[in-house]
Amino acid sequence: MKIGTPKEVHEGEARVAMTPESAQALQKLGHECAIEAGAGEKAGFSDADYKAAGVEVIKTAAALWKTCDIVAKVRVPTDTEVKRLREGQTLISFFNPAENEKHMKMAAEKGATVIAMEMVPRISRAQKMDALSSMANIAGYRAVIEAGNNFGRFFTGQVTAAGKVPPAKVLVVGAGVAGLAAIGTSTSLGAITYAFDVRPEVAEQIESMGAEFVFLDFADETQDGASTGGYAAPSSPEFQAKQLEKFREMAPDIDIVITTALIPNRPAPKLWTKDMVEMMKPGSVIIDLAAERGGNCDLTVKDEKIVTDNGVTIVGYTDFPSRMATQSSTLYSTNIRHMMTDLTPEKDGVVVHDMEDDVIRGATVTHGGEVTYPPPPPKVQAIAAAPKKEAPKELTPEEKKAQELAAFKKQTTQQVGLLAAGGFLVLLVGTVAPASFMQHFIVFLLSVFVGFQVIWNVSHSLHTPLMAVTNAISSIIILGALIQIGSSSYLITLLAGVGIFMAAINIFGGFLVTRRMLAMFQKS
Amino acid sequence: MDFGFTIAAYAVAAVLFILSLGGLSGQESAKRAVWYGIAGMAIAILATIIGPGQGLWLVSLIMIAGGAAVGYQLATKVQMTQMPELVAIMHSLVGLAAVFVGFNADIMINNLSSLFAENGLALGAVVEGTRHTAIGLPKALYSELSSFGQLIAKKTSIEITILRVELVLGIWIGAVTFTGSVIAYGKLAGKVDSSATQLPGGHMLNAAAAAGSLILAIMYLNDAGSWTLVLLTLLALFIGYHLIMGIGGADMPVVVSMLNSYSGWAAAAIGFSLGNDLLIVVGALVGSSGAILSYIMCKAMNRSFVSVILGGFGGGGGEQMAVEGEQVAIEADGVASALNEADSIVIVPGYGMAVAQAQQAVSELTNKLRAKGKTVRFAIHPVAGRLPGHMNVLLAEAKVPYDIVLEMDEINDDFPDTDVVIVIGSNDIVNPAAQDDPNSPIAGMPVLEVWKAKQVFVSKRGQGAGYSGIENPLFFKDNTRMFYGDAKDSVSKLLPLID
Repeated sequence: MKIGTPKEVHEGEARVAMTPESAQALQKLGHECAIEAGAGEKAGFSDADYKAAGVEVIKTAAALWKTCDIVAKVRVPTDTEVKRLREGQTLISFFNPAENEKHMKMAAEKGATVIAMEMVPRISRAQKMDALSSMANIAGYRAVIEAGNNFGRFFTGQVTAAGKVPPAKVLVVGAGVAGLAAIGTSTSLGAITYAFDVRPEVAEQIESMGAEFVFLDFADETQDGASTGGYAAPSSPEFQAKQLEKFREMAPDIDIVITTALIPNRPAPKLWTKDMVEMMKPGSVIIDLAAERGGNCDLTVKDEKIVTDNGVTIVGYTDFPSRMATQSSTLYSTNIRHMMTDLTPEKDGVVVHDMEDDVIRGATVTHGGEVTYPPPPPKVQAIAAAPKKEAPKELTPEEKKAQELAAFKKQTTQQVGLLAAGGFLVLLVGTVAPASFMQHFIVFLLSVFVGFQVIWNVSHSLHTPLMAVTNAISSIIILGALIQIGSSSYLITLLAGVGIFMAAINIFGGFLVTRRMLAMFQKS
Repeated sequence: MDFGFTIAAYAVAAVLFILSLGGLSGQESAKRAVWYGIAGMAIAILATIIGPGQGLWLVSLIMIAGGAAVGYQLATKVQMTQMPELVAIMHSLVGLAAVFVGFNADIMINNLSSLFAENGLALGAVVEGTRHTAIGLPKALYSELSSFGQLIAKKTSIEITILRVELVLGIWIGAVTFTGSVIAYGKLAGKVDSSATQLPGGHMLNAAAAAGSLILAIMYLNDAGSWTLVLLTLLALFIGYHLIMGIGGADMPVVVSMLNSYSGWAAAAIGFSLGNDLLIVVGALVGSSGAILSYIMCKAMNRSFVSVILGGFGGGGGEQMAVEGEQVAIEADGVASALNEADSIVIVPGYGMAVAQAQQAVSELTNKLRAKGKTVRFAIHPVAGRLPGHMNVLLAEAKVPYDIVLEMDEINDDFPDTDVVIVIGSNDIVNPAAQDDPNSPIAGMPVLEVWKAKQVFVSKRGQGAGYSGIENPLFFKDNTRMFYGDAKDSVSKLLPLID
């Protein structure tokens, strides 16, 4: 089949959905590739590069849409583009299906198949085609770079001949892919980085990236983010209040705030209010990655950089990935290529659109003349589904004490019970047995007791030598035979003699082999 | 004759034995502890030969010397992989010796009562109102008796009854230990089919034999004659045989430690009948030691002692989880390159390593990897192998330092940070079904969580489930690769590829 990529028509969009490299990989799957002239220019790929990779360069977008069976692009298609779809054609692109019913219906009526890249389910198998993650990764990185560009100081603290420079303090709100990328970039530049997320289970990831997780003093259980497909869910009003209170406390101290909090298909939550901005020091920077959906900061202006009256810069760009077009085009085209690999199972250039496949089903929003959005929930749990068990609850000292006390009490009652029962049994025996027996019996009981005490301390690795040595000393039965051998009865002498012989084998064999074994244990 | 010094020597010997067992808490102190044991044994035997056992002491010495020669041969010739067999066969000797000593006591009682009868007296008769035997033998006759005979002659009739109870117990336990150990030896040495086989009737047969023994014991105590004792011994021999025949090879750690415990109890019972405190002390020590070992083994398999003895795995409460995926094989070069890249490696040995005698090769591999600065450790499950602590001894023989050989509890939390795990010849002890599948026959058994490591290689002779017939989902996991072949050959193939 022929895969074509038109030039992005959205103003300022520099990315392209096919690179010379991805085109070569696509050709290996048995597909032909085509590209609109000049499509890759802003991302640093010239038409000549494409030609060299065996890609047909088509002059106009109209011709490309007409000749190609599959069209791969980046941005949500425009009216004109959707109108160009025809029956049997497949469009792979970001599509924003939740708010784009009109275009979905149009595409379905035309009989075209649309694969929306943002709908790729977040399961491990589909990570390689998860374009949202790869774009978010770039956005997170770029956000820190953008912040640095607008921030008048170093990130890292330094002591120079010209004076001491304090390190910058960065707060990252929302530890999704973008947030984690921002944390990584920020810590590697040397800033003191704090991070917050409504999902407590990401604390570990945050700490692994070198940032400090901002804990709220909050007892209520938060909703498990993993149950919603790896994205955050809206949190309760009490939780939000606590969260704002914490941010307000931190605001005067923080130099750079990077907010990445998004809830699928909802306006971005307002996390950084006007009064917080006013509390910040002049020269501080806020990068709002949620600007597309209204911004996490009250004052964010979409697609613009503003400076407030107290000198705080607020960046509301929505095109961070496009600002790093070469990188983002490489990653996005690779995501597309992986999607095509899954669509071409035989690698023979024939697309099999398997609606039973979790990933393909999830991403497909129109197929066979029908709108297939929203997809059924994925059969496989999201990537973050692991924390089914509750995070180990920190016990308060009182609880711990109570627990220890209870365990101690239980142990005591158990021990006292055993002692009482044992003592009673011994007494019982004592009432019927003669004194001479009881003397031996006491020795027996004490020995069992000593044996239990001693053997528990034997190290596991020495169990085999323990068996060999107990074996050797259990041949103490030889004493019995020795005492009996001097009898007048020949039968007794004979049996005792054989007994002595066998026990002696055991004594020597047992001790020697134990010695042999123990000599082998060596320390490194 | 009074043997005060013998009693004193026994006290010293008892202390030495306790120290000897206590010393096994650490590898270094253990080396000293064996000497305590040897010294204790020497003191006890010497004191006995000089004291109460002085009759025919020359014969005794000759017998001991003969036993020593045989024992020496055994101990120096045995391969470390054959330790389980050796331990089992040695238990059988203790059991048999206990049976002999018990019978001797019975014969002595019979002889004495006929001697008493000849002189118109009754053995064990008591003067009214006191608890002392006043009706003794004429002095001349009494002093002719051996020291053991004198001991019995002084007993009251109640004491003699108790003595008989004790010697019945001693003989019974000794006989069970004897045949049980012989069968365990046969199974471990591969001379008897190691699967669980039973005669028709199964455990009913054992129960019947046990009930028969009880009836015979009561008859014996009521003076039915020595033939009851002989019959009882035969029944006990049968129980030992049949019980252990019904237990499969992988349960041998429990069986061997159980027999270890029995041999101790037999010695203690004999000690009671001979009125010998040292025998009682040592028997009790050994008995409790074996009991604790059995308990530890059972705990490690999450099974009750009874279910092990009853043999075989009980059926689970429902359908076992189906295993998805396929076993992916890998060749030596693939394993080697993963090892070359890894920083931390854990090796999990099992019975398969012992069977293939692969411990030397494993040790060489360990040395090579450690020389490259990698962290190599061993994870030992308590029931790995056929004897408690079996793997530790094998690795020690191959000169693997014991401080990198860790127990399950010490290493289980480290698997998520481990790059490569090599499983050599173990199966059930690394089976994730024990944790995931409540219907699995081994559900709840503590296992080594190797699947949490980044990569797992399983060295195994071929496909198919292990001894217990339980599928192992580990082999089907994405991060598991199967390295088929004899363990020794497989590991040897890796050696030249590690650079």
